[in-house]
Amino acid sequence: MPAANPAVLSALRDRIDHIGGHSAPRRVVLPFGVPDIDTRIPKGGLAFGALHEIAGGANGAVDGAAAIAFAAGIAARSGGRVLWAYTQPDLFAPALARSGLTDDKVVFFEAGDEAAVLGACEEALRHGGLTAVVGELANLSRVASQRLLMAAEGTGTLALIVRRWRRQVDAKDFGRPTAAFTRWRVTELNSAPLPVRGVGRARWMLELIRARGGECHDFEVEACDGEGHIRLSGDAQMTNTLRAAS
Amino acid sequence: MARYLSLYLPFWGTDRLRRAIGLDVLPLERPLVLQGKVGSRRLVTAVDALAHQRGVRRGMAVAKAQVLIDGLEVRDAEVERDAEALEKLAVWALRLYSPVVAADPPDGLILDITGAAHLYGGEAALVSDMLRRLDALHITAYATVADSWGAAHALVRFAGKSSLIIPAGKSSEAILPLPVGALRLPAETVEELRLIGIDTIGELAAKPRAPLALRYGPDLWRRVDMAFGRLAEPIEPVHVPELISVERAFFEPIGAPDTLEKYTRRLTESLCLKLEEAGLGARRLDLHFVRVDSRIETISVGTAKPVRDVKRLSKLLVDKIETVEPGFGIDKMTLSAPLVEPLSFTQVATRFAAPGRPDVEDLWDTLSNRYGEGRLYRAVEVASDIPERSVRRIAPSASGTGSSRNARYRRPARLYRPEPVQALAALPDHPPRAFTWRGQRYSVVCADGPERVKGEWWVSDTETGKVRDYYILETATGERFWVFRAGDGEHMGTGSLNWYLHGKFD
Repeated sequence: MPAANPAVLSALRDRIDHIGGHSAPRRVVLPFGVPDIDTRIPKGGLAFGALHEIAGGANGAVDGAAAIAFAAGIAARSGGRVLWAYTQPDLFAPALARSGLTDDKVVFFEAGDEAAVLGACEEALRHGGLTAVVGELANLSRVASQRLLMAAEGTGTLALIVRRWRRQVDAKDFGRPTAAFTRWRVTELNSAPLPVRGVGRARWMLELIRARGGECHDFEVEACDGEGHIRLSGDAQMTNTLRAAS
Repeated sequence: MARYLSLYLPFWGTDRLRRAIGLDVLPLERPLVLQGKVGSRRLVTAVDALAHQRGVRRGMAVAKAQVLIDGLEVRDAEVERDAEALEKLAVWALRLYSPVVAADPPDGLILDITGAAHLYGGEAALVSDMLRRLDALHITAYATVADSWGAAHALVRFAGKSSLIIPAGKSSEAILPLPVGALRLPAETVEELRLIGIDTIGELAAKPRAPLALRYGPDLWRRVDMAFGRLAEPIEPVHVPELISVERAFFEPIGAPDTLEKYTRRLTESLCLKLEEAGLGARRLDLHFVRVDSRIETISVGTAKPVRDVKRLSKLLVDKIETVEPGFGIDKMTLSAPLVEPLSFTQVATRFAAPGRPDVEDLWDTLSNRYGEGRLYRAVEVASDIPERSVRRIAPSASGTGSSRNARYRRPARLYRPEPVQALAALPDHPPRAFTWRGQRYSVVCADGPERVKGEWWVSDTETGKVRDYYILETATGERFWVFRAGDGEHMGTGSLNWYLHGKFD
């Protein structure tokens, strides 16, 4: 019997509460549902009402493709509606839907400049009707991040900032202190080899660079599935099964 | 900076008569002129597009026009009715486009669109929407946006373009080459100026003021200053009796942002009471601030659905107060709801223990009023295999779900404009072994494909028979790209066999 997945369990509990008409106390953290990752983060998941930063590694610092897929998975699992603010118009919504952030959950905001992204994120976080707000930004000053954090704290909305720079060298900005609770770097890895021709499920090197009150750690994970869940990449286990199957 | 839109209706008299009587009685194919009497002479007072094309002009004798055109339809002019209809058109424009609109008789409208164009996504979008709607009503119209009433009025009549938008601050240059006749001066003054050798506004503006003022009176320079925006020319907005509005006059002019905010909230409260009595909700609100120098500053906000919630509406208005320039003070504030829709009471089902999360409609309204309509959208998928066409934007509060036709295929998180890459691959259907993109060489470890996409012949003839073969490529660095080859690899008619990079996967 497979080990119980805490994220699935909590989603099921929410549904039972919904049917029963009484509410559970508002969730304080959003677990990944992967015990190895959740135990490394203080309180066992991404805190609601807090700011989290995500960036891509290597070339991902410029395109941020893996970083937005990771953010989309988290936002999808936050349970309600999501605002996604961005400036560069190469975002392709169908891909986010395949990470669980389907078209009924997300409203996009195409901002003219980064100030508009910050303004819209702050307004949306302050509103409280959304469960997560995602902003794509190149620059995030300490003051700006504190404003976002305060807005998020008031309503318990999850604030996700995807950092995406114009040039590779600008990515060193990611080391500057901000008010973020956790900071993640997502780098694409080669997918696990398939027994046939083709490209397998995407794999990422997920680095927890900073966690307030916790330690840094690296994980090798497989990209989000249709519900936004990641899972640890079980190389050995996977190859065994495949060998048995073939 | 104030922005004015001047609308010019060159064939207003005939267009209006056609609308009033009907196209079956006065078909568009038959030239039509209107006649008026001056003493015992019958003169043409209005023409339509067809008659104008054939050389009939205003002021010509009717007998001469009849000689010029065989089978000319001649009707009596109804000047009062034209003016009434122009007022009605102004009310129409008030409801749709701008809070400050006035008829500019005999053949135009003037709109102050300062701070109102964002509701349509910019001045160009507003103008094209307006011209499209008028065209559907068979009304010929020209529109120009400029920095002053005078400049817009002159350019729309003399620049000869159906829609013209002069960038802010450039109006003074734009009117220099226009003839002096564009300045709204009496005809005899224009004629005399031409006799003394002044043809264009530029020439007139360069002349010393005193001698000309002595000869022609102060009106000449007043009109010049109005055109250059040096002299304010307040618009007396069209009055709509049935408009739901509330106003408040002040003993002492007010100007502090806090005070403006306080009275904005009070006005919203009383407007919402009125809306409630009428069972209506507002779709658009206009707040006028009448300054002591009788300029009108305006805030205009729109909502996606009818609303009469005091908190929500006042938040939208207060959000924009910083754009108001109070000058020496504000005498009077007027809040009106030019666009309303029925809104009945509904009972909301709430759970006893958990009130649930607040409604997000007001957030969408706040954001789209602040940053512009159209920037906020839901992206739904369309049943098209061509990636660029597979997403459609709909309003955030619109219902509607996307097509699930391509839901099972892998799609890249970033979709670029197709960028040419150098790639080497075996024909007809092998993925590239390596490719060069933006100066960097990538070697391919594994690949998936091809996914064949055919051109949509029902969209464009040039796409007929064209093919793209898409491949997912994973490089040695672990990155996954989406590339395609134009053409099926066998027939040159299906594409050029060049490779393009189209997206990047997560």
